[in-house]
Amino acid sequence: MLKNAYEWLDKRLDITPMWRDIADHEVPEHVNPAHHFSAFIYCFGGLTFFIVVIQILSGMFLALYYVPDIQNAWKSVDYLQNEIAFGQIVRGMHHWGASVSIVMLFLHTLRVFFTGSYKHPREFNWVIGMSIFFVMLGLGFTGYLLPWDNKAYFATKVGIQIAASVPYVGGAIATFLQGGEIVGAQTLARFFALHVFFLPAVLLGLLGAHFVLIRRQGISGPL
Amino acid sequence: MAHHHDNDKEINYVGDSRVIEKKEKMVPKDYSEFPGKTEAFFPNFLLKEWMVAVVVLVGFMALVMTEEPPIGEQADPTNTGFLPVPDWYFLFLYELLKFKWASGPFVVIGTAIVPMLAFGALFLVPWLDTGKERRPMKRPITTGIMFLALIGTVALTWVAWDEHEKQLASLPKGEAEAKIVDQRDPAYDIYKNNACVNCHGQNLEGLQGPPLRGVGDYYKPKEIMKIMDEGKGNMPAGMFQGTALEKKQLADWLSKQKTGRKITEEQ
Repeated sequence: MLKNAYEWLDKRLDITPMWRDIADHEVPEHVNPAHHFSAFIYCFGGLTFFIVVIQILSGMFLALYYVPDIQNAWKSVDYLQNEIAFGQIVRGMHHWGASVSIVMLFLHTLRVFFTGSYKHPREFNWVIGMSIFFVMLGLGFTGYLLPWDNKAYFATKVGIQIAASVPYVGGAIATFLQGGEIVGAQTLARFFALHVFFLPAVLLGLLGAHFVLIRRQGISGPL
Repeated sequence: MAHHHDNDKEINYVGDSRVIEKKEKMVPKDYSEFPGKTEAFFPNFLLKEWMVAVVVLVGFMALVMTEEPPIGEQADPTNTGFLPVPDWYFLFLYELLKFKWASGPFVVIGTAIVPMLAFGALFLVPWLDTGKERRPMKRPITTGIMFLALIGTVALTWVAWDEHEKQLASLPKGEAEAKIVDQRDPAYDIYKNNACVNCHGQNLEGLQGPPLRGVGDYYKPKEIMKIMDEGKGNMPAGMFQGTALEKKQLADWLSKQKTGRKITEEQ
């Protein structure tokens, strides 16, 4: 029955090559923690992705209640955290997950660096990975403002001031981030859009490219 | 797509496109060429990876359940006393800008030159370290630079964090708008009969010194007694002249001055 369904689909969609690429390939011994415990360092990339999935899911649920305007942003976060069932857990996952994903990403980058896995032919995947790192930092920076408490407001203000002191382009960056002359209503709407639409779209694209390249090139060999 | 590689034809195409099929394809190395035991990704290896993920997930959820995500007061742009602090992973950049050679007239060094050199090098590392050798010990320059950068980043983050904690601790606590708790307590008279009242005010509202209303949100009796003995900020040491018993009573009473706004563990 299941086999028939598979055959039926395969005849029309040719899913076997897709299945082969995604699931049916060999994993070498030197990255398998079941064989060598020290191979756990090869898990950090997968764990980063795992935390990113947690971030996406918890973020989707936060978006059910969050209101991106300066009158209601703080109130909606306060409400979802203190009044909604499991609101504190979901916000906690998103809040701590942000830090944990940066930590995992950092560890993964160090693993790739110290095992020299960025070398030929994987140069380009290293560049994609570094881009992912910066997109994640961008997600952290934009997400920090969204609760609209004093900490968020003044950290963003200082962050934008720092960006503004970059020569030549600093003023343009600050205006783009603020959406005007001050950190205010426009800034919040802008950071919300960047945090929820623009940056995640870029992140998913880069992650897709990262994974396709890993499958094309395979995992780097043992040291 | 299934291709029929037809040797009779001069040109072969990819599928039904006009793309000419290349003779050589980039095929990853056959994993059977790796020494040792390989394993199928699905489901064997994925299950093991999931075991690792579960361990991480349990730790993560323990953190989420024990540590409430912080939310401060609603943003107030007119608040001038607030100490801004970025999230921890930006602290090293923040601290970098406090160096004399990277701030003021030289701020370009801190905001552009150093970060661009560091992150530019990190981005381009595959083209800077082009040798075949992959083991970290066999490429000491690359490894050494990375270690120095890591130590620098960790040190900057630690210094920034430490400085922020100290600044926070030196901030005056208490809020003028809070109510006085337990006004009839005899400790209030002890307060009024001592030097405290000259700086902190008849009603704990703060004069030259900070207000003491709501100060119990921040300090336990022992900590308050320590401040009475040793002073803090502009407050000199040994300001309280009463007996030890009175000191204890006053400290206990002051520690009861809670706003009730913050949800603390005991509530």
